[in-house]
Amino acid sequence: MIEFKNIHKSFEDVHAVDDVSLRIEEGELFGFIGPDGAGKTTLFRMLNSLLIPDEGQINLFGLDPVKEYKKVRQIIGYMPGKFSLYYDLSIEENLQFFATVFGTTIEENYHLIEDIYKQIEPFKKRPAGKLSGGMKQKLALSCALIHKPRLLLLDEPTTGVDAVSRREFWEMLQKLKEKGITIVVSTPYMDEAGLCDRVALMQNGKIHAVAPPSEIVSQFSDPLYTIKVKNNYKSLQALRQWEFCENVYPFGETLHYLDKRNNVSADVIEAYLSSQQLTFDKVEMIQPDIEDCFIALTHNVG
Amino acid sequence: MNRFIAFVKKEFLHIFRDYRTMLILFIMPIAQILIFGFAITTEIKDASIAILDKSKDEVTRELTQKLLSSGYFNNDAYLTSESQIEPAFNDQRVKMVVVFEPEFGRNLQKEGTANVQLVCDASDPNQARMLSQFAEGIFASYASQGVVKGIQPEVRMFYNESLEGVYMSIPGIMAMILMLVSAMMTSISITREKEYGSMEVLLISPLKPLQIIMGKVTPYVMMALINAVSILALGYFVFGVPVKGSIILLLMECLLFTILALSLGILISTVAKNQMVAMFMSMFALMLPVILLSGFIFPVENMPLPLRIISNIIPPKWFIIIVKTIMLKGGGLLYVWKETLILIGFVVLFVTLSVKKFKIRLQ
Amino acid sequence: MDKKKVITVENLVKKFGHFTANNNLNFHVDQGEIFGFLGANGAGKTTAMRILCGLSSPTSGKVEVAGFDVSHQAEEVKKRIGYMSQKFSLFEDLSIWENMRFFATVYGLSSSEFKARGEDLLRKLNLYKERKRLVSTLSLGWKQKLAFSVAILHQPSIVFLDEPTGGVDPITRRQFWEMIYEAAENGITVFVTTHYMDEAEYCDRVTIMVDGRIDALDTPAELKKQYNAASMNDVFLALAR
Repeated sequence: MIEFKNIHKSFEDVHAVDDVSLRIEEGELFGFIGPDGAGKTTLFRMLNSLLIPDEGQINLFGLDPVKEYKKVRQIIGYMPGKFSLYYDLSIEENLQFFATVFGTTIEENYHLIEDIYKQIEPFKKRPAGKLSGGMKQKLALSCALIHKPRLLLLDEPTTGVDAVSRREFWEMLQKLKEKGITIVVSTPYMDEAGLCDRVALMQNGKIHAVAPPSEIVSQFSDPLYTIKVKNNYKSLQALRQWEFCENVYPFGETLHYLDKRNNVSADVIEAYLSSQQLTFDKVEMIQPDIEDCFIALTHNVG
Repeated sequence: MNRFIAFVKKEFLHIFRDYRTMLILFIMPIAQILIFGFAITTEIKDASIAILDKSKDEVTRELTQKLLSSGYFNNDAYLTSESQIEPAFNDQRVKMVVVFEPEFGRNLQKEGTANVQLVCDASDPNQARMLSQFAEGIFASYASQGVVKGIQPEVRMFYNESLEGVYMSIPGIMAMILMLVSAMMTSISITREKEYGSMEVLLISPLKPLQIIMGKVTPYVMMALINAVSILALGYFVFGVPVKGSIILLLMECLLFTILALSLGILISTVAKNQMVAMFMSMFALMLPVILLSGFIFPVENMPLPLRIISNIIPPKWFIIIVKTIMLKGGGLLYVWKETLILIGFVVLFVTLSVKKFKIRLQ
Repeated sequence: MDKKKVITVENLVKKFGHFTANNNLNFHVDQGEIFGFLGANGAGKTTAMRILCGLSSPTSGKVEVAGFDVSHQAEEVKKRIGYMSQKFSLFEDLSIWENMRFFATVYGLSSSEFKARGEDLLRKLNLYKERKRLVSTLSLGWKQKLAFSVAILHQPSIVFLDEPTGGVDPITRRQFWEMIYEAAENGITVFVTTHYMDEAEYCDRVTIMVDGRIDALDTPAELKKQYNAASMNDVFLALAR
């Protein structure tokens, strides 16, 4: 079990982590979802003992990262946001180096990384700097896993990686979870939230919600409408002028609309759009997704 | 121990894979010593000069004789009037004309001073300056023999007169190269890990900070020693500069100086945020003082008092003295123990500072 | 409605030695359109965009941007385009105003034009009071909004955006897209290259490049229907796998 209790951390005048408390169970795949600057990296660095909290306690499987940092560092496999590989060393040399540094051998824990490493093994003589984003990511994951950590701590592992590699990466994480490794991951991509057991939505150093993704979505009680219009820009302006508009924002090709009234129907909205001479395809009530929830949760704050 | 060896191996791979590092490590020392060596020895040999002696007395004749027998100058022509000076230069052969004023010897004896004019072809300003300085030096040494008073002897010339250029420059080049290889390269390679984010992973690994530091510096210690040996070998085989004292002692002193430079490099890396900052800090904080204040190029004795005081806290100054004493004068540890102690003092200071500043955490 | 074509690409081929980075591309972009140019890393997006910006010449084929041929009139093309990338867009160590002035001067705005448009822009962004602040002190979201505004300050016919909204929060990202809608409404064509599929959802039309070819070109809704996918991400996975 990992527990954060009232954690605060400031850098000069920036409150990077602001009173964070939460629990992560052993064996869980837990995601911190939030944009750049939300405080995810700072939180991770306090968990892995690289930073000391200004206030509050962290409990990592019964260890205190401040006092017992040596033990903590042994049981964490950490992948920082920037790829931490040596670009001038080959795949094999990178892996060999991290294995030796953590006091183990590639053979000893090969079973853990086999699925991942097999995919890049054909290129093992190639320098890490010449690999594609997806391959670098697989190598970095192999290096983080090589000492059989209890906790895998991945800071924005999918940033800058294409959709196919991202999908593959999450599949790898699912397999690792089945092997009993606790995985804590951060990501700015809302669509990755659904792949975690539980997520924490984070912005400006604060946690806005902690729950399984499905629960976060079901907590969103207001009716949400999707509006497909011909001209997004004009329609946005027009809907904002409307007295009943709670919030309206672009969502892909369509607009998402929230009304101040509780029992409004699609017809009413269509009627308003017509009255404004706006061409529209259709107005429908839909289920919100994590991104809608994030917007709703942070809308009033920022 | 395994971890440490793995670390050192990795560092060597970094060095061997980066041709720019290799270039700095191996080609530059050789290039430098050749440039300095040849530039200083050959240029002032048998330079053609012309004499315009308006006095034609014993003193001027003696001075002319001294100039020509110094080995630096060759007499090309005796001129008879100032109008011949320009044509002489236009010939491209004559580099300097020495003009003695009328009654030169008498003025010197009666008033203690006499005027001699050194007219140089300044189309090659460097050479012109060197020639005039050499000539001045010869005059000064004549004056300093006590025949006359009131003339300031030129110390710099005294130096170059007694020593060939390359003898002088080898200790300085050694100080510079060792500083460069050790301080600059380690500070850059440590900051590179910070910049790429790999330092974070190293820090949370079971590697101890001391292992990280030692792993970083070990390859460079070896490189630096290889460089020291190759500089000495080049000096011996190409320029005939012998090592009069003990080679073992000399190498031990090199090792000591290398460790000093390395600890400075680590200190820089604890302060610098990225490779560029580390490089500039090494350049300005280390290289320029080595070049300007250590006595490598400008003799410390010639500096104004404030700079002379500052030069005492420039470690290479002491190293250069040690190397000169061992190499050129054949002195043993007895002659350099004071300087050696000073270097050890610096090492203790810098190592303490850098181990203290090297953090196990990020902030 | 008959729209003017501002980008026309016919049979574009670009080779580097034996490697074909762009294999016979054909497409056009209308004025005021938001056009998404998608693909995995190394699919040839960057190469194609460089050609469109006049930074590189095609091996063969015809490429016209803003009415000029990129092979022969690259300088004319460059005057009529704006560019913004997530990696670099503004000088961090210059103030907001200094950045604006620099880019305005580069694109040949006279000082009176710049003063009028620049102050207008700052008021619109609510940054007028902050104009002397260094860009490095702004948040990522503000930097992106400012960079986009600077890229269209000289009123180009086309603005190229390279992964413009990665990493910002959902609300800021939407404010950014609203700015893009507004620019498109004012007749500026917006050309977005990205490998973030969620950015693609906001475009009028998208192309998906795979291994140097264009494998799909349509509106996001059409593509999703065609590949029976819930999101552009799934469309992309269907194409790339």
